[in-house]
Amino acid sequence: MQQKELTDTNREKVIEIKGLNKSFGDMKVLSSANLDLIKGENLVVLGKSGSGKSVLIKIIIGLLKPDIGMVNVLGKTVDQITYKELLKLRLRVGFSFQSSALYDSMTVKQNLEFPLIRNQRSLTKLETEKRIDEMLDAVGLLKTLNQMPSELSGGQRKRIGIARTLILQPEIMLYDEPSAGLDPITCIEINKLINDVQERFHTSAIIITHDLTCAKEVGNRIAMLVDGHFERQGTFEKVFNSGDEQAQAFYNYNFIQ
Amino acid sequence: MKTSDHSPKSAIKQPGKIAVWFLTIYDIYRFIIRFFKEALLPPYEFKEVMRQCYEIGYRSVLLISTTGFITGLVFTKQSRPSLSEFGATSWLPSLVGIALLRTLAPLLTGLIAAGKVGSSIGAELGSMNVTEQIDAMEVSATNPFKYLVVTRVLAATITMPILAFYTVMIGMLGSLLNVSINEGTSASAFFQSSLESITFLDITASTTKAILFGFTIGMVGCYQGYNSSKGTEGVGKAANASVVIAMFLIFVEEVVCVQFFSFFIT
Ligand SMILES: Nc1ncnc2c1ncn2[C@@H]1O[C@H](COP(=O)(O)OP(=O)(O)O)[C@@H](O)[C@H]1O
Ligand SMILES: [Mg+2]
Repeated sequence: MQQKELTDTNREKVIEIKGLNKSFGDMKVLSSANLDLIKGENLVVLGKSGSGKSVLIKIIIGLLKPDIGMVNVLGKTVDQITYKELLKLRLRVGFSFQSSALYDSMTVKQNLEFPLIRNQRSLTKLETEKRIDEMLDAVGLLKTLNQMPSELSGGQRKRIGIARTLILQPEIMLYDEPSAGLDPITCIEINKLINDVQERFHTSAIIITHDLTCAKEVGNRIAMLVDGHFERQGTFEKVFNSGDEQAQAFYNYNFIQ
Repeated sequence: MKTSDHSPKSAIKQPGKIAVWFLTIYDIYRFIIRFFKEALLPPYEFKEVMRQCYEIGYRSVLLISTTGFITGLVFTKQSRPSLSEFGATSWLPSLVGIALLRTLAPLLTGLIAAGKVGSSIGAELGSMNVTEQIDAMEVSATNPFKYLVVTRVLAATITMPILAFYTVMIGMLGSLLNVSINEGTSASAFFQSSLESITFLDITASTTKAILFGFTIGMVGCYQGYNSSKGTEGVGKAANASVVIAMFLIFVEEVVCVQFFSFFIT
């Protein structure tokens, strides 16, 4: 376990969110949310389902626009850059979907090839294949190369989705509920993968989850999303020994029940 | 960028029906403009366009062959009594040729493709939208509009005139079968007399219509699928709307084109 909050000396912020508000019609989802992601850390975002966790990272990647507030990613203000610049920024930020979102008309190989050949046109066929093999190896699924997504298990689909994201060598990874709907053993594998990715590719990551085991395993720091903003931030121990009601409820549900 | 967040529904707080209508029109307008912009700018997806052309042709060729053949045959059979009153059954080949080329083939092909191709484009893009595959392309820094929409619209636009001329040929064969049984006309005489009456204007008008129908089918299917509402019923709605709207527009375009080209005939 690696509950080490990064020291103040190397606090380079790769994502900076200030006063973020987002509503859909009359429904307020995020209100004055502030959050920073520090270079090299794994930040876990905890929150009830429907609390706006997915909305938050969709705003970070520019799939949704904030109503009010500043969202700065790698020095760029996401909602104020051109579409071309946004695509360039997205090359540096990987997004792993809750639903995996694999292209179901393509094989695993074609899924990984798709973003790669369109963004790095100078790569030769051999180099492309090498990179695909390398990524599949990193997620431990080299044998699925020519399978269709429909033939894979939920955990395998998740991992292929992560491999497809990693293939562009992003600096930041955003994981949307990486272990939701998976059995405990597969969960442990995914948690291990997330830590491997951090170590091997030196990524900074936001991991969204409502699973505390996952939070404990992968998070350097935890932030709880409650009522549209981040109440408690800090190490796992700090957040859950705070006596905060919401945090306690989460803890009890996961570990005591 | 995907417009899910800026769709007419979320653009204003509680827009009235008329406002929604205008916003939808504006949205469609932007969709079409974006198509031309992205189709012209590199990089191009040649391989995917070819694949889509093949898919469209492959999907509709059997149905078009059957209906085209039957149309030619039945049209000839039904026209014979009127012509034979004037002892003019020898005009059958040219009558059928002109009717097929000017109206029957483009219209028939367009309607069949709207049902067969339009619905599958709508359903395919709709389900990709629902399962976040379009968003996945978006976040992996590839432009889904270019890969999904531009390729399909181009493929439909290219394929439709080819399919329409194919329908003309198949329809003529149907007609030939009927004429050779009844009048004993030989194949070469049949084609000679039907081709003689066809003008360059007929071919231009027919090609224009087919291109327009193809563009319409591709555009409507892609717009409906790309902007389908999330959820399973969104896919069905997208497929259904693709067919209904495309068929309606094809009839409107047919009328407009006939009016337009009739200026040149006199
Ligand atoms: N594109 C959208 N349009 C309208 N409402 C949305 C949209 N995306 C999310 N929501 C709403 O925002 C709320 C938060 O959703 P989400 O971020 O997906 O929750 P979660 O924390 O479970 O990931 C939900 O009530 C959801 O219905
Ligand atoms: Mg979610």
